[in-house]
Amino acid sequence: MLIKQYEEKIFKVIMICAAMIILGLLLYIIGTVFYKGLPALTLDMVTKLPGGGFYLGKEGGVLNAIVGSLYIISGSLVISLFISVPLVMYINFYLPPKSIFASIIRFSLDILFGVPSIVYGAFGFALMVYLGMRASLIGGIITVAMLIMPLMMRSLDEVTRLLSRDLPYALLSLGATKYEMIKVILRQLMPGLITAVLLAVGRGIGDAATVLFTAGYTDNIPASLNQPAATLPLSIFFQLGSPVEEVQNRAYASAIILTVIILILSFSARYFSSKFSKNKI
Amino acid sequence: MLGIAILTILFLLVIGLSLFFKALPIMREKNLWTLLTSANWKPFKGDFGFLPFILSTLYVSLIAIIIALPFSILTSIYLNTYASKTVRRFFEPVVDLLSGIPPVIYGVWGTLTIVPLIANKIAPRFIEFSSGYTVLAGGVVLAVMITPLLISIMVEVFRSIPVEMTDASLSLGATKWQTVKRVILRKSFPGIIAATVLALSRAFGETMAVLMVCGNITQIPHSVFDACYPLPALIANNYGEMLSMPSYESALMLSAFLLFIIVVLFNGLSRFTLIQIEKRYQFS
Repeated sequence: MLIKQYEEKIFKVIMICAAMIILGLLLYIIGTVFYKGLPALTLDMVTKLPGGGFYLGKEGGVLNAIVGSLYIISGSLVISLFISVPLVMYINFYLPPKSIFASIIRFSLDILFGVPSIVYGAFGFALMVYLGMRASLIGGIITVAMLIMPLMMRSLDEVTRLLSRDLPYALLSLGATKYEMIKVILRQLMPGLITAVLLAVGRGIGDAATVLFTAGYTDNIPASLNQPAATLPLSIFFQLGSPVEEVQNRAYASAIILTVIILILSFSARYFSSKFSKNKI
Repeated sequence: MLGIAILTILFLLVIGLSLFFKALPIMREKNLWTLLTSANWKPFKGDFGFLPFILSTLYVSLIAIIIALPFSILTSIYLNTYASKTVRRFFEPVVDLLSGIPPVIYGVWGTLTIVPLIANKIAPRFIEFSSGYTVLAGGVVLAVMITPLLISIMVEVFRSIPVEMTDASLSLGATKWQTVKRVILRKSFPGIIAATVLALSRAFGETMAVLMVCGNITQIPHSVFDACYPLPALIANNYGEMLSMPSYESALMLSAFLLFIIVVLFNGLSRFTLIQIEKRYQFS
């Protein structure tokens, strides 16, 4: 055999090893969290608020954080959908196909996507101070909306660009107005839209740095938009910082809850995006 | 809709300007260059030297890139040129999941596995004692976090190389690896650099996971087994208490502004390169 064939074999093995290590890491991370957290994961964790001595190891759960996270993410989802969908429709169907303006918008979205969440957090906080607001549910909602919007717009834009160019022309030639055309296109895009939403929810629900100053933390479920709200990542972080072992174990259990949420979101996003490619004309 | 579109572009400017104006008081008070190069951090005496934090951020991110880059390049070459369609299909969700795991979970994993590993196994071979909460721990956790980003961009970059080019190399009798070495890697060099810069900027801004494993001690780290204190962790840890001191708040805003500017620059450059590559692919 020639040297180049040995080289080929050796590098192939190295490459397979690298890929296997990456697969192994994923399993290792999920495995570690489940292994440490399962013993402390009880029904109380997901159905009860933190009790009196919760942070000393007494009874209670993290329902406050679960509900808080859900409130924040649903609020920011509504805001970002109302802004993202019109924007994506605008740059794809109202601007000419090779518009420079559209590429500038895409470019700034890419950069906004790369801005670290701690910077959004600091900016959101500065904004709230300027408006005279304190750490609250609404502050968290607005900041998380800023964080997830670029991701949502970009992934919705990607699927919209995959859509056949014939569909809008066919609709327009049948006498539809642009608004009617958008309604049909949106129906066609539905699986892609759901994927974009799920990706955005995954990013928003797992991020701690944005809500650290803007949403605050509380042991209760917020009753109004002006009250602070707890979130799952922060709840994990604070419990882990406790010196009491029971509380630390509960942090691992809360980490399982968050991981399971992320796994479900990720797999459903994949399911809907495969559906989109099947729907494609 | 036009309004939203213009707002989107302006939004970057708004973030940048508001952070800048928040940071202005401290820059008026002190020379910016002294702020960046002084290692003296005593906020309650009015000394704000950012050097320890800047160096910590750099060290942690560099270690992360050095670890992540070989794995990512090898894996994406494998996925692009060697792997069958089934393997590729299988790996897509793996990369997606890895990039979808929240920073806090990475932090939990790091404190449970990497930190004790360094404290008990690796550090004792080189120095007497290390708590495990070190530059190295931060670098390793970050490396795992940026790997999916690197892989997904590099797979795209490799895919953008025209098939004719690799076919020509293969038909001349080159092995697949020779083709990778002489054609694919050389041709996609700008793309790899762009991906690296993008991953680096992601590493600069990562907060929670690094904060949980790197020790948070204000010092200039002298070895990888020293604790460190990156910029994002500084902001996250001190935000609550600084409100009583305007100059402290302004100093923290300055660090957010620095982070923002660097990340925007890095992102802008690498995205621009990647868009050029994509364009070349579309018209060829």
